[in-house]
Amino acid sequence: MLSRVGETLYWVARYVERAENVARLINVNNMLMMDLPKGVCTGWEPLIDIIGARKAYQENHTDYSEQKALRYLLVGSDNNSSILNSIISARESARTIRDVIPRDVWEEINSLYYYVKDNQKEGLTKRGRFAYLKQIIESAHLIFGALDATINHDHGFTFIRFGSLIERADMTSRILDIRSETLITSDEAKPFENIQWISLLRSLSAYQMYRQEMGVRVQRSDVLEFVMHSEVFPRSIMFCLMELKKQVSVLPNSKGIIDLIEIAIKELKSEEVRQLKNGFLHKYIDQIQIELAGIHNELAQTYFLKPAE
Amino acid sequence: MKIDWKAYQTNGFFDELIDAQGNIRSHGKQLAQFFAGLSEEELIKARAVADLAIKEMGITFTVYNEGNMIDRAWPFDIIPRTIGKKEWQSVEVGLKQRVEALNLFIDDLYHDQKIIKDGVFPKGLLEKSINFRTQCVGINPPNKIWAHICGSDLVRDGNGTMYVLEDNLRVPSGVSYMLENRSVMKRVFPELFEQATILPVDDYPSQLFDMLAAMSPRKQDKPEVVVLTPGVFNSAYFEHCYLAQEMGCELVEGRDLVVEKDDCVYMRTITGLQRVDVIYRRIDDLFLDPEAFLPESQLGVPGLMRAWSKGNVALVNAPGAGVADDKVVYAYVPEIIKYYLGEEAKLENVPTFKCLDPKECDHVIKNIDKLVVKPANESGGYGLLIGPKSTKKEQQETIAQIKADPRNWVAQPTLDLSTVPTLDGTQVDGRHADLRPFILSSGKDTQITTGGLTRVAMVKGSLVVNSSQGGGSKDTWIVDEEA
Repeated sequence: MLSRVGETLYWVARYVERAENVARLINVNNMLMMDLPKGVCTGWEPLIDIIGARKAYQENHTDYSEQKALRYLLVGSDNNSSILNSIISARESARTIRDVIPRDVWEEINSLYYYVKDNQKEGLTKRGRFAYLKQIIESAHLIFGALDATINHDHGFTFIRFGSLIERADMTSRILDIRSETLITSDEAKPFENIQWISLLRSLSAYQMYRQEMGVRVQRSDVLEFVMHSEVFPRSIMFCLMELKKQVSVLPNSKGIIDLIEIAIKELKSEEVRQLKNGFLHKYIDQIQIELAGIHNELAQTYFLKPAE
Repeated sequence: MKIDWKAYQTNGFFDELIDAQGNIRSHGKQLAQFFAGLSEEELIKARAVADLAIKEMGITFTVYNEGNMIDRAWPFDIIPRTIGKKEWQSVEVGLKQRVEALNLFIDDLYHDQKIIKDGVFPKGLLEKSINFRTQCVGINPPNKIWAHICGSDLVRDGNGTMYVLEDNLRVPSGVSYMLENRSVMKRVFPELFEQATILPVDDYPSQLFDMLAAMSPRKQDKPEVVVLTPGVFNSAYFEHCYLAQEMGCELVEGRDLVVEKDDCVYMRTITGLQRVDVIYRRIDDLFLDPEAFLPESQLGVPGLMRAWSKGNVALVNAPGAGVADDKVVYAYVPEIIKYYLGEEAKLENVPTFKCLDPKECDHVIKNIDKLVVKPANESGGYGLLIGPKSTKKEQQETIAQIKADPRNWVAQPTLDLSTVPTLDGTQVDGRHADLRPFILSSGKDTQITTGGLTRVAMVKGSLVVNSSQGGGSKDTWIVDEEA
C-alpha cells in the first residue's frame, strides 16, 4: 500500500465521520431546544465550541442566532468543520484514490456531496432540517457499511478504521467537555438537568445503549462512566482506544503507536471518572485530547508520505 | 413529438445514419427503429437518467477557468453513433499498418536515421522538430516499440471517405470515456442491447494491462505496473484513476516514486520501498524527470530517464515518441509507410500539401483562400490560417511567411465533417463528429478498440469537438449486421 494512499484513506474516514457527528450534534440540539425553557436553554453557542471554532466564528459573526450558527455549522464556507466542507474534503480526498475505493462507495460519497450541497436550503428551515440531517447520517452509515462489506480488509482498511475511530474518540471527548460544562457544577440536581444529560447521550447515539447497560436512571456519574469507560459501547473513549490498538497491531512497525495507545488506556482505566467535577473534568479531557493528537502524530510519522526534502 | 427520420435533414453533409436519399443505413436500422418508437416523454426521461448516471458515477473532466479548477460532468448524447463491422475491419487494418510504420520510423530516428540518409524524410524537418529528444538517441525500448498506445483521430469528408486527421502518440486520452459511455447506455437503454448486435468494448483495460505487463524488464508472474498521473488537477485525472482501477494497479504521483542508487524505480509504501517494473505515464516528456528535462518540474521523478535508459523500468509511451505526431511528420506518413513496409497506405491521410515541394507550394499560394494553412512546428492553432474565413491582408501575410521559409508550412483542404443525429431539446438534428480509436502495440501483437470515442460538436454547425470547448460525446457501436 502506497503511503500516500494510506494517509488519504485515513482522512476520508475522518471527514465522513466528522460530518456524521456534526449532523447528529445539530439534530439533538434542535430537539433539546424545543424542550427547554428560554432561560435554561444554551442555544447554539456550545456547538460552535464543540467544533473548536469560537474564535474563527467571531471573526465573521456578531451573535449566535439560530440562522447564523446553523449556516456556519451546515454549510459555512469559512468553517473547516462544516458538514459541507467535511464532505467536500472527503470527496476530494476520495477522488485522488478513486482507483482504490470500491466504485459503490465512491458513488455514495459523490451522491452525499451533491445531496448536502443541493439541499442546503432544507437544512436551514425548521421543518426540513430533521430529514436533511437524517439523510446525511444514514449516508455516512452506508459509506462505512459498504466499506466494511466490500473493501479488502487489508492495511488500507486499517487506515480507514483508524481515521474513523480517532475522530470518534475526539468528538466524544469534545461533546462531553462542552455539554457537561453547564451541568456539573454541583451534586444537586437542577431542574431540566436530566433532559440535558439525556441529550448528551443522544448526541452520541448512546441513550438506548446506556439504558441497556447502566439501568434506567440517567445521572451524571453513570453517564461519565459509560461515555468514557464502557468497553462495549462503540463511541466511548475506552472502546475507541481499545479498537485502535487492535487495528494498528496488524500494521508493520507499529510498536511506537501501540505503546502510546496502551499508556492512554492505562491512564483512562485508572481515572475515577465518576467523580470528576467541572474543572477537573475539563482538565482531564484536555489530557485525553493531547494523547489522541500524539497517537495521530505517531501514525503520520511512521506511515504517511514525508514532505519532499 | 416522436423522432421522425423522414423529416431528418442531412443538409448536404455525409450523415453517419441517414444516406443522401434519406434512407437509413443498414448498420443503423435497429437503432433508428428503436428511437423512432420512443415517445417524447421517454426521450426526455432517458436523457435525465443518463445525466443523473453521469453525475452519480462521477464521470467528469476538469477545466481550468479563471484560476479555479472546475470538475464538470461529461457532456453526453444518448443517440449512439453506428459503424458497420465490415467497414470497421478495414479501418482496423489501416490503423495497424499506420502504427507499425510509425514505430519503425521513431526507432529509426533515434538510431541510424536511414530514412533521412535515403532522402525520403528531409533532415531539416527533424532538426526543427520540438518533440525530438536527444536524450533518447541510441536507446532500445523492449521490442523496439515507442508508441505503445496511439489515439488516432478519424474524420469523414462529404463523400464519406474516412481519413486520419492526426495521430496522438504522446499521452492520448479519452478511452475511459469510451468505456463509461457504454456503461451509461447500458443503464439507460438495457433493452437496446438485447435487440441489436453490438460488439462489446470492455476488453480494453485487460488488453492494456497485458500489453503493459509484457513490457516488464523483470520476467516474473506479476510485474509491478503503475499508472503515473500529474495529479488530481489534471484534466484527464478521471481517466488515470479509471484505468488504474480497472487494471487493479497502483495510481502513483511523482512523489510516490524514487530512483535509488541501483538505478531502479521504487514506490514508497507503508512497508517501505517496493520495486516498480512498468510505468504507464500520463505526464508529458518534459515533466518526467527534472534531471533530464525541465529542472523545475515537480511532477516527475528525478533519475527516471537513467532507470529507463538502463532498461530497469519500462516507460509507456516511451519518451520521445511524440516526434512522430508533428503536423509536418503527418504529411509524410504515406511515404513513411511505403519506406518501411513497402505498402501503400490503407487509410488515407487528409490530402496535405508540403510547401517544401515547389509545385505544391505554388498550388498552396494560388489557392490560399480555400485551404487551411498550418505552420509545422507550432501548436494550439498558433499561426494557423483558415482560407475561407481569412481576409486578403492575412492571406498576403501568410504567403510572405511561406515564401520566407517554405519547409515550415503545410496546407489542407477544408473538410466537410460528417454528421450524426444528435438530440437538441426534443428534436433530432445533425452535428459534426469525429472518432478516436486507440491502438495498443506490444511488438508481438496489436489490439484496437472496438470503435473508439466519438466526439461531437454540440453546437449546430460547429466543428469543434473538444470537451473543453462545448464538445460532447456518444456511445459508438460497431454493429455486426450478419449476426
